[in-house]
Amino acid sequence: MAMTMTQKILAAHAGLPEVKAGQLINAKLDLVHGNDITTPVAINEFEKAGFSRVFDRDRVSIVLDHFVPNKDIKSATQSKQCRLFAQAQNVSHFYDVGTMGIEHALLPEKGVVGAGDCVIGADSHTCTYGALGAFSTGVGSTDMAAGMASGYAWFKVPSAIRVVLTGTLPKRVTGKDVILSLIGRIGVDGALYRSLEFTGPGAHALSMDDRFCICNMAIEAGAKNGIFPVDEKTIAYMEGRTERPYTVYEADADAEYDETIEINLSDLVPTVSWPHLPENTHPASEGSDIRIDQIVIGSCTNGRMEDMEAAYEILKGRKIAPWVRGIIIPATMEVFRECITRGYMTAFIDSGCIISTPTCGPCLGGYMGILAEGERCVSTTNRNFVGRMGHVKSEVYLASPFTAAASALNGYITDPRTIGE
Amino acid sequence: MKAEGTVFKYGDNVDTDVIIPARYLNTQDAKELAMHAMEDIDAEYVKKVQPGDIMVGGWNFGCGSSREHAPLVIKTSGASVVIAKSFARIFYRNAINIGLPIMECEAAADAISAGDRVSVDFDSGEIRDETTGQVFHAAPYPEFLQKIISAGGLMNSIREK
Repeated sequence: MAMTMTQKILAAHAGLPEVKAGQLINAKLDLVHGNDITTPVAINEFEKAGFSRVFDRDRVSIVLDHFVPNKDIKSATQSKQCRLFAQAQNVSHFYDVGTMGIEHALLPEKGVVGAGDCVIGADSHTCTYGALGAFSTGVGSTDMAAGMASGYAWFKVPSAIRVVLTGTLPKRVTGKDVILSLIGRIGVDGALYRSLEFTGPGAHALSMDDRFCICNMAIEAGAKNGIFPVDEKTIAYMEGRTERPYTVYEADADAEYDETIEINLSDLVPTVSWPHLPENTHPASEGSDIRIDQIVIGSCTNGRMEDMEAAYEILKGRKIAPWVRGIIIPATMEVFRECITRGYMTAFIDSGCIISTPTCGPCLGGYMGILAEGERCVSTTNRNFVGRMGHVKSEVYLASPFTAAASALNGYITDPRTIGE
Repeated sequence: MKAEGTVFKYGDNVDTDVIIPARYLNTQDAKELAMHAMEDIDAEYVKKVQPGDIMVGGWNFGCGSSREHAPLVIKTSGASVVIAKSFARIFYRNAINIGLPIMECEAAADAISAGDRVSVDFDSGEIRDETTGQVFHAAPYPEFLQKIISAGGLMNSIREK
């Protein structure tokens, strides 16, 4: 029977010649991952159930990224619990302040995940690694605990939506605009329980950073996973990074899909999701009368090098509006360092922005940019739910780094194509 | 297993940030977290909820983050079950894994009103609105998940293997 790319990876990890949509399987895991919010709960469950050793110390990763450097005593206590567990279990892939980055930017960068992997992570944006041609999905802490103990997880084999991309992205239109447009089209539960399989010549035209961004927000359409085919760009990215051999899977030519959606990248425009759902999409050009108080450029969605390049292109030699707080958060220490080497940091500071070391911080309303009642933020993060970045009466507008930076300059939501070279 | 209680009703896309805002996730203490359950959409919920009460939602209940703290605070707050038209997939897994009963039933989620008295039978999937007399049936769990539920959650089920 013909299978989708996701189904092929799942079949291989379940030790089955084939699987079909709806089938419940137990699959072998290549990596079990958690962060400083979800891992403590998993450790408690792991210990409460009487387990003493993780199944494989090389296949567990723990990244402290949500509230670090710790914002308060409680979060410090949670980080400490993770640190002690990682030491006791001799976890190979443990990343603390100094080496950490935002988990879903960091693990691909460090080569901890690769093509063909089957990965669970106790964080909903674990679906990011589909950009590398892996099956990767978010789960809860108890799933993480069971995965750490057994090396297996149960899955319902998903059916898939095929997203055929054609054309190439216009100037200052990015992967963020692709995924926001798609979510605007199918809704926040448009892909519920299903895979989003991206394909077509446009998929191969996209950079790896755009692919990470697109797969990252598959969950915002309810998807189980997002996935891209492996091509020479994927292999070039993994070269010199991945420590384990990778496997390339391809969807069968006659695989069945629930539906096929076509997107011509050349037709897309800078897109913004109005509060309070990612599906409330509008062209950025419609927001010119929406005054803003803050911008955030960063997160597991848009804190990578190309995102910093976009911010630099807009901000260099310019000043942000005096009423706007500009917050830029490179997602990993490698990105942070590269921004220094290239002189971006000086340009960001001269424009009136501040720069933080890697953290999820404001994205989920943790710290480092919380909004007061009535305030508005244009953010490159992934969710704009009620109260997500602070007060229940604050507003988050999701956008690309180009759009966020352009909006900072004017103090109003701005189409970045209106800003000069 | 059966439960009966008063209904708290919410709309579509109830997300994990309103079920338990991330600003409180610097602790794992279930009781402390549960004091903030549903706070950002219904500040009255924690003041009014009684053991056994029933939460009803629309489509895509529990969307957003993977935080297991979300089903945990609903369970700890005293609610006996969540009935919704559909559940976001991670919330669905988490609820099964930690033992919060959930039932998918579009007709019930449409017909039941806030404040109704409702009784549910988890084994048969029957949902009865005692206020209006209407009866609904939720789809049963697949056998595979029933085993996890019967074992008392995921950790117990893997230990039994």
